Amino acid sequence: MSFREPHELHTRRKGRNIGVGLTLTVFIFIVFGLTVVKVTRGDFEPPRGTQTEGS
Amino acid sequence: MSDATLNTREATPEAGFGDYVALLKPRVMSLVVFTALVGLLAAPGYVHPFIAFCAILFIAVGAGASGALNMWWDADIDKLMRRTAKRPVPAGKVMADEALAIGLTLSAMSVVFLWLATNWLAAALLAFTIFFYAVIYTMWLKRWTPQNIVIGGAAGAFPPMIGWAAVTGDVTLESALMFALIFMWTPPHFWALALFINSDYENASVPMLTVTHGKRVTRRHILAYTLLLAPLAVGTAFTAIGGWIYLTVAVVLNAAFLWGAVRIWLRDEATAEADNYKTEKQVFKLSLLYLFAHFGAILAEAALAPWGMGGW
Repeated sequence: MSFREPHELHTRRKGRNIGVGLTLTVFIFIVFGLTVVKVTRGDFEPPRGTQTEGS
Repeated sequence: MSDATLNTREATPEAGFGDYVALLKPRVMSLVVFTALVGLLAAPGYVHPFIAFCAILFIAVGAGASGALNMWWDADIDKLMRRTAKRPVPAGKVMADEALAIGLTLSAMSVVFLWLATNWLAAALLAFTIFFYAVIYTMWLKRWTPQNIVIGGAAGAFPPMIGWAAVTGDVTLESALMFALIFMWTPPHFWALALFINSDYENASVPMLTVTHGKRVTRRHILAYTLLLAPLAVGTAFTAIGGWIYLTVAVVLNAAFLWGAVRIWLRDEATAEADNYKTEKQVFKLSLLYLFAHFGAILAEAALAPWGMGGW
């Protein structure tokens, strides 16, 4: 069994796949990071109603 | 794989990752990032550093998306101009449909994520900026009127206003002044460039002022806009984003820019051609420094404020 020498096209395709993969990874971290910051800041807490005595 | 299939693939080259990055006009994006960052940091109020980072990133992606839409629409004229012929779409590296798909997808994503990260006003301003650049400027004004640069310049002027709105959720005098600074700077900047690359616009039939009204009128317009720009730029020094640093930079650079515009106005075509547009090229380079230094000074005022040194 012999392996053909990789064509320039395959090198370019590999570079593109790595680029897209890294971009998607960065995107995941950004969404995760945003969620963590928003949740820890309390952005998603429901508004507190006015408490009445005895309630 | 036979020789025939290999040759077919070579005839229709696949884009590399760098070609997709080039589609987003990274050089324009760098200016957008810088001015948006200044708007964000000069704005009163606190924003979490990670949210600030995300806001700048989404503004940059939005700018890149509008660049991709611009390349999709303008591929036919881009291949006629030396400056733009090597762009991914006219060079045949990226298909026009791909550029459209990437532009639309990134536009939607950048606006939605800027909204989620900051507020609706910043997202709405970004959406309007993309629409303005891709539709109003690229599809309508650019091929229709020699005032294309003047009105279209608004698209490039929005980023600091978006950065400011991301923090404050508001449009104020200061953010409007930063908008106006870029808006008024754009015509003399581009017309100085158009004076020495005129033949390219002629080849593509783009109604640049130099093509439709001639270089004499263009020289007069450069002077007029520089005269209007100077008081606006210096006046900004006396608002909340100004101070001694900004005032010094504004006075020095506006004097230099005005002097450059006067020199351009005084020259005739024969003199300009004789020295290969030396003055026009100098003023164009100065215009780049002009914008960078003004926004750099606003940034310096904001950065030094906590130590009681920035501002008035």
